Parts: sequence; structure tokens; C-alpha cells
Amino acid sequence: MEDGHKAHDHGHHHGHHHDHDHHDHHDHDHHHGASGDLDYGSGPAHAHAPGLSQARMIEIETNILAKNDGYAQENRQRLEAASILALNLVSSPGSGKTTLLVETIRKLDGTIPVAVIEGDQQTANDADRIRATGVRALQINTGKGCHLDAHMVGHAIEHLQPTAQSVLFIENVGNLVCPAAFDLGEAAKVAILSVTEGEDKPLKYPDMFAAAKLMILNKTDLLPHLDFDIEACEANARRVNPDIAIIRLSARTGEGMDAWMEWIRAQQVVGLERLISDAEARLADLRAARSNV
Amino acid sequence: MHEMSICESIVQSIESHARSDDFTKVLRLRLEIGCFGGIEIEALRFGFDVVTRGTCAEGAELDILSLPGKAWCFGCDTGFDTESRVSDCPVCGSGRIRVTGGDELRIKDMEVI
Repeated sequence: MEDGHKAHDHGHHHGHHHDHDHHDHHDHDHHHGASGDLDYGSGPAHAHAPGLSQARMIEIETNILAKNDGYAQENRQRLEAASILALNLVSSPGSGKTTLLVETIRKLDGTIPVAVIEGDQQTANDADRIRATGVRALQINTGKGCHLDAHMVGHAIEHLQPTAQSVLFIENVGNLVCPAAFDLGEAAKVAILSVTEGEDKPLKYPDMFAAAKLMILNKTDLLPHLDFDIEACEANARRVNPDIAIIRLSARTGEGMDAWMEWIRAQQVVGLERLISDAEARLADLRAARSNV
Repeated sequence: MHEMSICESIVQSIESHARSDDFTKVLRLRLEIGCFGGIEIEALRFGFDVVTRGTCAEGAELDILSLPGKAWCFGCDTGFDTESRVSDCPVCGSGRIRVTGGDELRIKDMEVI
């Protein structure tokens, strides 16, 4: 698929037009760099339509993020149709997300197919690190943007074409605030917190930890050198999210990697079980319809 | 600073309404923002001024209706309003609470010509 985009390597801008069924969709200009990576550095121009009438009130009552949520739903349906488990990895910059991904890919060792979407404001460094493992990766550069949105991820999925039954890791822009608000169509958000950060981070950035299904406490090999109170950190995370799962992990020593693999497989099973029960319900409906003919 | 993207979403929504509801200018816009919506109101106001420039919403008055956070206490099975995800139950003092509402980000209505 990446080869299919070599034609764009000379770096011109062009608009992608989508036939998504959203009433207010727009043309989104972005730049295709090497390897089909997406660059959203330049914002769209706005235009408006004329009309003339009396001053009046219009009831809107719509979610501001309805459009993003619509794209997220399309992504989710598309991923579910191919039984792909998408995980949205969120953290501060420097928590070790990319190293964790590289080690995860190494550990999975082809037992589960993997694809990666990398989000950063600038550079394709992270996608390059992932590609060096032999796994397909696509970099999204958000330009000034502080988060990935569902529209960008939809494009990335189109370009990356992850295989059925694979795991798609979406490494969000390093930021514990903004990505919390944007559904990408993922099955779960995974918050990564390194022990070199403060144990009160779940309290300082509660929205993100409230939205996450799993917290990975990374770089635990450094604990002997730090004053980090790991029990307090876990208690803080459970305070903002009583249901959050927690794994202590060191991508460097391998501690916790088995628990992480097990968690990923458990999510795959949960997703597949749901798809199976949906399919069985559909099958029962079809059988009932046939017997009524 | 995702308030800028939030403002761009608001402008896109307004512009699509400008076409469907046939208006050229927004005089006033009312938003409902929940206390757990992750929005910094001042950043939103700043972003709105910047992003609406040259659009039909330029100069529109921005009314923000703040909605309270809602939580439920596991200790005593009571619902209460809260401004924090880590508050204690005002009835029994338990810290075992779950946030149940307050993440609204809605365009309520607007006055247009």
C-alpha cells in the first residue's frame, strides 16, 4: 500500500473528497510525504454561503464533536467488520510509548499481525522506528494539532489497510489533555505513565485516566532510583476510574510484558465474543424471517 | 489547546446550518459545556474569536452555559453534583464515587439574520 503512494512523494498538496454521509463534510487538505505519511500542518480555508432573512433563533442541540464522532463510528464499524482490535495509546511525551510498541511487536513475534498509526506534530521518526521492526506503520503529522482526530485516523486506516484479525496500535500525540475528548473509533484507550513522572498525574489529568481502560506504569526498572510511590499512583488512578486495569511494566527488562500480551489477547476475545453474539442474533433473525415466509 | 479544533467544529456546524437554514450572520451563539468536557472556557473564547474571523459567525456574542458534573456514590447509593472527579460524597463522605455526567459539549441554539 505504501508503494501505491509513491506518486505523491514529490510533495504536492491535494484535497481528499469523501463520500461520507455527513451533512456538513468538508474538503480536507493534507500533504502526502514519503511512505504515504499524512501531514495536517496547513489548515482548511473557510467559506460561507450567502442568504438573507430576519433575525431569528435556531435550535441546534447538537454535540459539537458530532462530526468527529461520526467518523469515529465509521472507523469502528470498519475495524469491527475485519475483527481488528484498535488500541489508542495516550500519554505525556517521553513516557516510552514507542519503545513499548517496538518491544510489544518483538514479543508478539508475528503471532498476531500488527499495524501502527503514529501521531506526532512533526517528523516521521516514530513510524521509522516501527517500520524498522518490519511492521507496517504510517505517520500522521498533526502540524499544530495537539491530538489525532477520527478523520485523520480514517485516512490512515485507508492507506495502511490493516489485515483482518490484526491489532492496530494508534500512538496518539504525547499529551494527557486533548486526546481524551476525541474518539478515534478505538476499542480502548491505554494510558501510559512512566514512573519518572509524578504519582499524582492521574489526579492532575483525571479526564484521560477516567477515559482509559488500562494504565501501564512504564519504566519500572527505574523504581530503585526514584521516590515514586507506585501504590499511591495506582490508588490515584483507581480514585478517578474504579474500573481501570493496571499493569506494571518495563519495556527494557521485560517485566509485565506477559501481562500486557495477556491483556491484549483478552481484549481480542472480548471483541470477538461480541461480534459472535451479534452475528448469532442476526442469524436467528434471518432464520425466523425465513420460517415466516 | 484542543479548544481551537473545538472552535473549528463549531464553525463547520454553523456554516452547514447557514446553508440549510439560510442565514448570513450569527448574532449570538449559546453553548452548553459540562465541567468534565475538558474545555478551558477562556481558551475557547479566544479560539472562537480567531477561528470565526471571515466567517458568518465573526463578532457573534458567545454565551456559555456551564453544566455541573454529576456523580454517584457507591457508599450510600446517592447521586450528587460535583466539580471534581475525585471528590468525596457530600452525604456519607465515601471516596468511592463514579462520575456519571458533565462531559457535554453542545451547541444549544443561535440567533441569526
